[in-house]
Amino acid sequence: MIEVNNLGKQFRDKQRGIFRAVDGVTFSCRPGQIYGLLGANGAGKTTTLRMLATILGPTTGSATVAGYDIVREPQKVRASVGFLSTATALYGRLTAQEMVEYFGRLHGLAEPRLHCNLDALFQRLGMNDFRDRRCDKLSTGMKQKVSIARTLVHDPSVMIFDEPTAGLDVLAARTIVGFIRECRETGKTVLFSTHLMSEAEKLCDTIGIIHNGRLMAEGTLGDLRERYLQNDLEDIFVRVVQA
Amino acid sequence: MSWRNVGVVYRKELTDSLRDRRTVLSMIAVPILLMPMLTIGLGVVSVLLFGRAMLEIPTVMVLGGQDSPAVLAALHALPEIRIVPARPDYAQEISEKQIRAAVEIPRDFDAAVARGDAVTVRIDVYQGELKSGFGADRVQKFFTDYRDGVVRQRLQSRQLPARLAAPFVIEQKNVVAPEKVGGELIGGLVPYFVILLCLTGAMYPAIDLTAGEKERGTIETILCSPVSRVHLVLGKFLMVLTASLFTALLAILSMGMTFVAGKKILERLSPLNATGLALSISLKAVVWVFVMIVPLAVLFSAALLAIALFAKSYKEAQSYLSPLTVFVILPAIVSILPGVDLNAGLSLIPVLNTSLVSKEIVAGTYPWNYMALIFASSCLYAAGALAVAIHLFQREDVLFRT
Repeated sequence: MIEVNNLGKQFRDKQRGIFRAVDGVTFSCRPGQIYGLLGANGAGKTTTLRMLATILGPTTGSATVAGYDIVREPQKVRASVGFLSTATALYGRLTAQEMVEYFGRLHGLAEPRLHCNLDALFQRLGMNDFRDRRCDKLSTGMKQKVSIARTLVHDPSVMIFDEPTAGLDVLAARTIVGFIRECRETGKTVLFSTHLMSEAEKLCDTIGIIHNGRLMAEGTLGDLRERYLQNDLEDIFVRVVQA
Repeated sequence: MSWRNVGVVYRKELTDSLRDRRTVLSMIAVPILLMPMLTIGLGVVSVLLFGRAMLEIPTVMVLGGQDSPAVLAALHALPEIRIVPARPDYAQEISEKQIRAAVEIPRDFDAAVARGDAVTVRIDVYQGELKSGFGADRVQKFFTDYRDGVVRQRLQSRQLPARLAAPFVIEQKNVVAPEKVGGELIGGLVPYFVILLCLTGAMYPAIDLTAGEKERGTIETILCSPVSRVHLVLGKFLMVLTASLFTALLAILSMGMTFVAGKKILERLSPLNATGLALSISLKAVVWVFVMIVPLAVLFSAALLAIALFAKSYKEAQSYLSPLTVFVILPAIVSILPGVDLNAGLSLIPVLNTSLVSKEIVAGTYPWNYMALIFASSCLYAAGALAVAIHLFQREDVLFRT
């Protein structure tokens, strides 16, 4: 479960001075549901997700992830979350197995459980052929699988994806989309950000449209179509943003 | 504080760093090869050049002396020099290294010496030029021997004892152990190289573990793991410290072995044969130099980590850290200068204090009071630098600087 209440983040910038990257965002996401944050570049999606993953601290508001407060219990939040984005790269000089083992150990998994989880994940994702190959020698698709294994090794109840398919080819993107669906099916809480309308349409149970750091509209795809009298999500997005 | 997490981070960073060629090169190859190359390599070259210069028979021009056949004949009979005919542009010839030296024999030299008049023999030389110096030295030695011979003859003719001209003998005697003499001569070099390598050994891992992570995009990956930032920075810091200390240890060991091997090689090559110096470092000195280096390595590791964390990329970090070597080289050089001795004030200046005390230790002196003061002050600076590094790892504007 993710509950976000009036969350905000300010940055100090040389050119812009103090600016609000995220401004009073409120939403919630239940287990077994995919919540999609839809927004253009610079809308505040990444900052919001980074705050929920406790990589950044909020300036205002609060949020709980898996029942833990992001300010007071950041380590417990991180222990309950699997965070995946195109910015979360792999350690190139480690092998696929070493990479996943490292994160399993950081999550405090005991060696027998770690190796049990790791074997199951490698089997499920078809990674056994390249488990001993260094990450910098892997193809993009293989790297994505290693990243997925890294986020799943501790079996988190909450998954956060920040534009996970950005810059990927169709096949690599399909792997990720399939994986996100699987997370929902296994009852995980899934928060997902994208600027791709087609992806949001395909995946999200609830869509939140974010613009200039503010959540401008929220609802299921059907709700949004009804509210804005448009069938196409892109048209809905443009109407919301221009309003 | 979970040391388990620190250990997990440390083990990963160690594995990762040992697979990085740049780190391995700066941590292992450089300290092992630098000392033999600088000492044995340069030593062999200089001994060979020195030996060749000594073996050369210098050409010396004799100016005047036609009215003094005795001294002229003695000079011509000297096998260590080759006499060339007098020419008016002798100074230019010395300057252009066509001849090594010139000697001007004053008019009526033989007769003046026989009469007991005071005369001056002038030797023209290219000051600072090795081969010219050798030529001048041989001419000078000839005239010194010639003068002594004249004195002996005069005493003999007056039936006076030879010791009248030399009523007593002056002798310098070394009362210090050869190891200490060797240590005094080379002691300054030890801290210079060890401290410098201690810094360079830590530099690449420090960049790789901070700016390198930002550049490769792994900083966000590690920050979303449940490991606390304090544990993360401590794990990274321990890796950088390992690299720094390992480099220092290899440098000290390489230096010790270089002195043993180098002495043998140089003695074999040198025409002067052994200098009689014991160019060696005792095991006790190695241990104590290493102990004194530890807080300095902590200071370097923490400072490098903190500075490199500011950078957005590997290149930017290199441009921040490269000038830092000057701040390390300068005090280390000061410690080599003669007359700079350890005192309470200097014991508080980082880098310089460790350089000076290492020099003393290598020379076999253990100033325990200063050693305690230096160790304590270095620990204090190191703790300060580590606190800064930990603080910077908490700052979002540093971790996500764009």
